[in-house]
Amino acid sequence: MPKRIFYGLSVLLLSAVQPVLAQQFEAPGSRLLATGGASTIEGSGGGGIVPWATLSSYADEGEWGATVQMTEVQVDDFSLSVQGASFNWNNRVEVSYARQQFDLETIGGELEQSIWGVKARLSGDLVYGVMPQVSAGIQHKSNQTFALPQAVGATDDSSMDYYVSAAKAWLAGPFSRTWVANVTLRNTEANQLGLLGFGGDKEDSREWVGEASVAVFLDRYWAVGVEYRQKPDLLSFAKEDDWKDIFVAYFPSKHVSVVGAYADLGSIAGLESQTGWYLSVQASF
Amino acid sequence: MKIWVSAALVLLGSMMSGAVQAQSSELYQQLGERSGIETIVEEMLLGVADDERIAHYFADVDILRLHKLISEQVCNVSGGPCEYTGDSMAVSHNNLGINNADFNALVEHLIAAMEQENVPVAAQNELLALLAPMHQDIVE
Ligand code: HEM
Repeated sequence: MPKRIFYGLSVLLLSAVQPVLAQQFEAPGSRLLATGGASTIEGSGGGGIVPWATLSSYADEGEWGATVQMTEVQVDDFSLSVQGASFNWNNRVEVSYARQQFDLETIGGELEQSIWGVKARLSGDLVYGVMPQVSAGIQHKSNQTFALPQAVGATDDSSMDYYVSAAKAWLAGPFSRTWVANVTLRNTEANQLGLLGFGGDKEDSREWVGEASVAVFLDRYWAVGVEYRQKPDLLSFAKEDDWKDIFVAYFPSKHVSVVGAYADLGSIAGLESQTGWYLSVQASF
Repeated sequence: MKIWVSAALVLLGSMMSGAVQAQSSELYQQLGERSGIETIVEEMLLGVADDERIAHYFADVDILRLHKLISEQVCNVSGGPCEYTGDSMAVSHNNLGINNADFNALVEHLIAAMEQENVPVAAQNELLALLAPMHQDIVE
C-alpha cells in the first residue's frame, strides 16, 4: 500500500501546478473546477462510495475526457485497493472500469473483483437551471475469487447493479458557500460491493438501497462532506452494515483531485466496527 | 489582441475614474465597487481574448462598449448604483450559438479575475448565483 500511495502522490505533485494558471491553460475540459467530482471505489464518477449524477472528468458538450484513479482504504482488519479509469463523451455518457483487491488482513486471503460501469446523463444540469442533473447507470461486477464467497453462502460470482442519481449544486447556499447534494437509488444483490459475491443464503433477492452525499466548498479548491450508503444484508454468516464517511476533497486544478476520508464500514465478515482511512487520487485529461 | 484590449481598457478606465459612489450593498462593496468591478470585468475579458475556445465570438465586437455594459450589469445586479443600459441577455446573445462549454469558459475567466482581485469566496459565490440564471437566455 505505501508504494501505491507514494505513486499516487507523485502523480499529484507533478500535476498540481499553480491553481489559477491551471484553470486558464490546458484545461482538460470546459466544465467548472470540481464539477467532475472524484472517483468512487466502484469506478464511476461520484463521491468516494456513492456514484453521483455527475459524469467523470471535465468534458462538456462537444468534448471528451478521461480520468485515472488510485484509491486505498485501510480499516481495522481489512484493506481495499482500487485502480480505475473512466471515459466521458460529451458529458452525456461515462464508461468506467475498476479493479478491486480486498485484503483480509486478519482472516487471511485476498478477494478480487472487476467492475465495468456505464452512466448516462438523462436531464438537467448540476449547476445551471432549477432542475437537478439526473443520470442512470449500471455496474457490471465480476468476482474473480468466488471460492470464499461461495463457501459463505453467496449464489453468484457476477451481477449487475442499476442506479439512478440526482445531483444539484447551490452556488451560494448557506454561509454563501457552494453546496452539492446527491441522492442515489440503487438496485443490487451485491455483498460488500460484490467482494463477497452476489445473492445469499439468508435472502436471494435484489434490493433497493438509498445513498446520499452532501458537500460544501470552503473555497474554490477545498470541499468537505459526508456520504451515506445503505447496503443489502443477504448472507447469514455475517451481518452487513451501511457505510458512511466524512471526507475532505482538494481540487488544486482540473488535472488532479485528492480525497481523504474517515470511513465507518461497520461489520465486515463478522469483524465488528471497521473504521479507518480512505485516500484517493484522480488525474483528469 | 490582448495588448490591444489592454490598452483600450486602460484608456477607458482613466476616462471613467472619479465616478460618484452612492450608498450600496455589501456584495457591491466586496467586489470593490465600481472600480473593482471594472478591473474584474477587464481581467475577465483579457482572459476571454486569450482563450481560443471562445475568443472568436468577440472578434468583431466593440470591446470597450462590452466592458462598459458588463461592468454596468455586474454593478447593477450586485446592488450598486448603476443602471444597465444594454440589451437583454436573450436579445444580445441571440443566434450566437453559445453552448454550455462556452458559457463555462467565460465563467472560469470571471472566477479567475475575482481570485486575482482577492474577492472573498462568499462574494464570488453570490455574484455567480446572480449571473447563473442568465445561462438559460445565453446558451442555445
Ligand atoms: C453570465 C454570463 C454573461 C453575461 C453577464 C454577459 C453579458 C453581456 C452583455 C452585458 C453584453 C452587451 C449587451 C448589448 O450589446 O447590449 C454582451 C454581449 C455579448 N456577449 Fe455576453 N454575457 C455573458 C456570457 C457570454 C458568453 C458565454 C459569450 C460567448 C462565449 C458571450 C458573448 C457575447 C458577445 C459576442 C456579445 C456581443 C454581441 C454583439 O455586440 O453583437 N457572452 N454580453
